[in-house]
Amino acid sequence: MSLSIDQVRKVAKLARLELPESDLARMQQQLSAILDYIDQLNQLNTDGVEPLAHPLPVQNVFRLDEETPSLPVDEALQNAPNRVGDYFGVPAVFTDEPVSH
Amino acid sequence: MSLIEKTASELLALQAEGKASAVEIADAFLAAYSARESKLQSFMRAPDAVAVRKQAAEIDAKRKRGEKLGKLAGVPVAVKDVLCTKGIRTTCSSKILENFVPPYDAHVVERLKAEDAILFGKTNMDEFAMGSSTENSAYKSSRNPWDTERIPGGSSGGSAAAVAGCQAPVSLGTDTGGSIRQPAALCGIVGMKPTYGRVSRYGLIAFASSLDQIGPFAHDVRDCALMLEVIAGHDKRDSTSVNEPVPAYTRTVNDPVKELKIGVPKEFFGKGLDAEVATAVQQALKEYEKLGATLVPISLPHSPYALAAYYIVAPAEASSNLARFDGMHYGPRTKEKGDLIETYSKSRAEGFGKEVQRRIILGTYVLSSGYKDAYYVKALKVRRLVKKDFDDAFATCDVVMGPTTPSAAFKIGEKSDDPLALYLSDVYTVSCNLAGLPGVSIPCGFTKSGLPIGLQLLGAPFEEEKLLRIARMYESASDWHTKRPKV
Repeated sequence: MSLSIDQVRKVAKLARLELPESDLARMQQQLSAILDYIDQLNQLNTDGVEPLAHPLPVQNVFRLDEETPSLPVDEALQNAPNRVGDYFGVPAVFTDEPVSH
Repeated sequence: MSLIEKTASELLALQAEGKASAVEIADAFLAAYSARESKLQSFMRAPDAVAVRKQAAEIDAKRKRGEKLGKLAGVPVAVKDVLCTKGIRTTCSSKILENFVPPYDAHVVERLKAEDAILFGKTNMDEFAMGSSTENSAYKSSRNPWDTERIPGGSSGGSAAAVAGCQAPVSLGTDTGGSIRQPAALCGIVGMKPTYGRVSRYGLIAFASSLDQIGPFAHDVRDCALMLEVIAGHDKRDSTSVNEPVPAYTRTVNDPVKELKIGVPKEFFGKGLDAEVATAVQQALKEYEKLGATLVPISLPHSPYALAAYYIVAPAEASSNLARFDGMHYGPRTKEKGDLIETYSKSRAEGFGKEVQRRIILGTYVLSSGYKDAYYVKALKVRRLVKKDFDDAFATCDVVMGPTTPSAAFKIGEKSDDPLALYLSDVYTVSCNLAGLPGVSIPCGFTKSGLPIGLQLLGAPFEEEKLLRIARMYESASDWHTKRPKV
């Protein structure tokens, strides 16, 4: 199945990736080729087959609700692009105005 | 044979016999790193010479005092740059983690340190482990030590090149769809992907969480067994790590498996397989027959669909895992002004390379409303069928064998413009990840032009012990693993 340029633009937005307009056609072409390859799965009848999300029979793994040491604040924030006090500094979420950061 | 061409087990023996010190070994590998790195480009981060020498001197001193030493005492181990190393920059060969310094060690790095291994630099890889050649690294392309015009494979290409090129005797990589076995095959060394859950993924920067597994590269199966013995085992910080005892793999690795039954799937010898690779693999199977094994023709009818299913499941999981790289918690944030969504979208577009962007978009698409059932759920159903094929095979066979890769190493740049062509180099390796099986690639010959060829062995879940013994049987009867390239 092939994707339209509009679909690529929409999915890129969902994925929070700003693609330059000049890249869209190439991305569309490459993704369509991959999807064409993937379409061979439709040759298989999978009616009644249970989906397998995980190779192991995974179950919830519980632990006791006990306090254990966690990362000190300074270490947890050492890779933050913008630290403000003991927090991650982020652009304003609720605003119509572009903000500086 | 010089020190750098030795296996880890030989280096341990030399130290125990007083014929080489940890400092001499460290110096030999530091010299090999310096002399060869401009040709091989295996490393993202050079081994810290001061720290390496200091640690080696401490090991020598401990030995002198008669103190107990770890299983990897004085053995340099190179580590793929997807594994967190406390205080040492860990980039995943991505610009988005250019300055990321982990505040903790991955479980496997803790295990190496606990056994007195010497952490020996961080190796280059395809960005976020997405690729089969290391050409997707945001920084450099690693080279195949057998022919530096060619790729070493990927995504753990730097870890494979470092061992094959004798810059380190052993290394760690990760395997999501073949990223250990494929580069091991192309570089003429041993590489193992353990059973899903055998090794803790704590501190492994996630690509596809239901497929990722950490494993070793080594010159031979014995060293591979040694490395697995060190890194395997339960860790409560990874809820998918399995609480099963870790056998002493090194103790049994030399014991041949009697009445060995080898499943040979016809699907692994079809269209697309290079004739020289096919011949070498058939020769290896004949060798197993000489050793008393029985070859059982089998079919894995759904394996031709595994690659298509993989390229849905892996990008889907990646699109979710890589959502964390948003310019807020880590990584450079775009300098351009904008609202929150623009800041996310610009930071991610600036930080991720093209292949990573492609897979995030593909993964987002196959999970998106209206397409999820047609793609993602369909792939999960095929995944069950792929796994069932193997369950059936292991009901009658001890091991499944075939080629690791459809061809030997290709030239740098040959496939970099065609993502689908590159994906096809994983065609024999991905089903093992979908089914969660252990798999190992061992050298089984060379092409006429001198490029290594790998034999792939797949085992039933948690049967690494048997798998290593089977691999060692062929290795003991051949000398491919003793060859070293002229770099």
